[in-house]
Amino acid sequence: MKKPSVFLFTFVVIYLVFLYAPIMLLPLFAFNDSSIIAFPLSGFTMDWFIGLMSEKTLHRALKNSLIIAVTAAVISTCFGILTARAMARHDFIGKRPSFGLIMAPLFLPEIIIGVALLIVLIQLGVSLNIWTVILGHILICTPFSVSILYSAFNNMDRSIEEASLDLGETRFGTFRRVIFPLVKPGVIASILICFTISLDEFVIAFFLTGVEPTLPVYIWAQLRFPSKLPSIMALGFILLLISLILLAVFEYYRRKSEKLIGKS
Amino acid sequence: MASKNMMNEQMHEQMVELSNIRKSFGKLEVVKGIDLNIAKGEFFSLLGPSGCGKTTLLRMIAGLEVPDDGVVVINQQSMNGVDANKRPTNMVFQSYAIFPHLNVGENVAYGLIKQRLPKAELRERVDAMLKMVDLDGYYDRPSYALSGGQRQRVALARALILEPKVLLLDEPLSALDKKLREQMQDELRRIQRTLGITFILVTHDQEEALIMSDRIAVMFDGNIAQLGTPQEIYDKPVSRRVASFIGVMNFLEGKCISKNKTSIVVDVESLGQISFPRDIIPEDTSLDQLCVGFRPEMFTILYNKKDKAENEFSSIVKNVDYYGDMSYYTLSLPNSDKDIMVSMRNTSGRYVYDLGETIRVGWRSSSLLVLN
Repeated sequence: MKKPSVFLFTFVVIYLVFLYAPIMLLPLFAFNDSSIIAFPLSGFTMDWFIGLMSEKTLHRALKNSLIIAVTAAVISTCFGILTARAMARHDFIGKRPSFGLIMAPLFLPEIIIGVALLIVLIQLGVSLNIWTVILGHILICTPFSVSILYSAFNNMDRSIEEASLDLGETRFGTFRRVIFPLVKPGVIASILICFTISLDEFVIAFFLTGVEPTLPVYIWAQLRFPSKLPSIMALGFILLLISLILLAVFEYYRRKSEKLIGKS
Repeated sequence: MASKNMMNEQMHEQMVELSNIRKSFGKLEVVKGIDLNIAKGEFFSLLGPSGCGKTTLLRMIAGLEVPDDGVVVINQQSMNGVDANKRPTNMVFQSYAIFPHLNVGENVAYGLIKQRLPKAELRERVDAMLKMVDLDGYYDRPSYALSGGQRQRVALARALILEPKVLLLDEPLSALDKKLREQMQDELRRIQRTLGITFILVTHDQEEALIMSDRIAVMFDGNIAQLGTPQEIYDKPVSRRVASFIGVMNFLEGKCISKNKTSIVVDVESLGQISFPRDIIPEDTSLDQLCVGFRPEMFTILYNKKDKAENEFSSIVKNVDYYGDMSYYTLSLPNSDKDIMVSMRNTSGRYVYDLGETIRVGWRSSSLLVLN
């Protein structure tokens, strides 16, 4: 391998700084003993974090976000499993266009999706609530689920299912003993990524949320109050950590899935 | 009376009986009305080029495909409506289909789990089967740590442990290198003889079919072109296509000059007029344009001046293919541009000719075959 050039090294450093420096401000001011977000730093405090524990509206928003994220993750993953299996195993008319349509939300701006769904829901006379947000999130999470699970199903040797049948197992037994164990890491990875996406998602939730805000929407609402800013920094930092942990676990399962399927 | 008993006996000895089996995929008819009986304990091969329908036929016996027409009977029981998981057959897949999330022992035990045997007995049976396929002590080996040949033996063990009446093998050796393939050919033959199970093998490798089989069905385009023992197929191919698929064959044109009840006289390209007994000519052969063939080893090379043959001619060596134990000489026919191949075993001390040397070739009219 060629020795990396100085240019490449410099580029990487600048890139990483540009990307992550702003985020580093979060922990910096979350522990800062001052209600004004400005340099110089005043001192270390945990007060902002402790304050979060008594914010009732925050807890409600958190609860909403968790319900939405779990529901959206589970339903998206179900859709993902069905879609991925159909794509990998069967040929049918309109396969390519269907696949394109399912993956489209990946490329559409979220604001367009949010506004469009809002218009449709209003026309249908549906009032905005948790379920409308779940609907929007399923739309954007399913493509992720499909792509993770499609590679899992696609790389699985087709003969494996036939071998199981040939050896005397039923169709359900084959699913239970062979297919599910092999896609399980992919399923877990899908649930994790969909959960994380939904938890952090702001734009669609903003348009489709009714009186019960999600956490990101709550944060946005709080930004109007300057005194609340440090608490928001603290909350943001916590969310950042959780997202990182979830992503790390997701990556672990995604790799496990690839290793398992790749060996068949 | 005696013949009827014999017929009954023969009927009971058939393990697989296929009647008028047809299968199409969309508009393409892949298997075109096949009738076939395979005897109990037979090592039977379905041989043919890709796309001839042999794998589809095998899968219909396994129950993984349903025939559009016809009946599959296994061990005197009709398999109509019987799913793959209920048939007394087991299959070794071309890709081996080893379960990647299970280790070797769990793979082999897969089909036995349903029988709810006591743990110790299950382990014993798996270990015994592993020993039979030369994987003694491999129980705990993870499946990703196996070589191609080892996977193949796991697939074999997994199928055999269920004691099927028929073992189906779909090109099991095609992914292995030559040495390993030869080794496995001996292994399969040995295991088959030891267990006495009916084996049905699908392959495109004619050498493999000849080495391992009791009988072979040569298939082209969804039909059985010829059914017989390896020797019958090699020595008496019924058609030009079968002849050229198996081994090497030289083809000459011939025209029928005269015929009577017992024989015909054919003017064979470059070799002159030869009389053939009528009964060696395959049915439906058009007598105007005959195809006469011979295997390279049917002609002989006359080394010494005093060696004689029924007929002979001299020719110049155009090419030598030296295989160590055999030499294949390419030379042209007398008074012709056509090239033929003649082979000789390199027995010790025997001279190997070089390019450009003159060689004396001897032949008998009984070396020639008339083909459809």
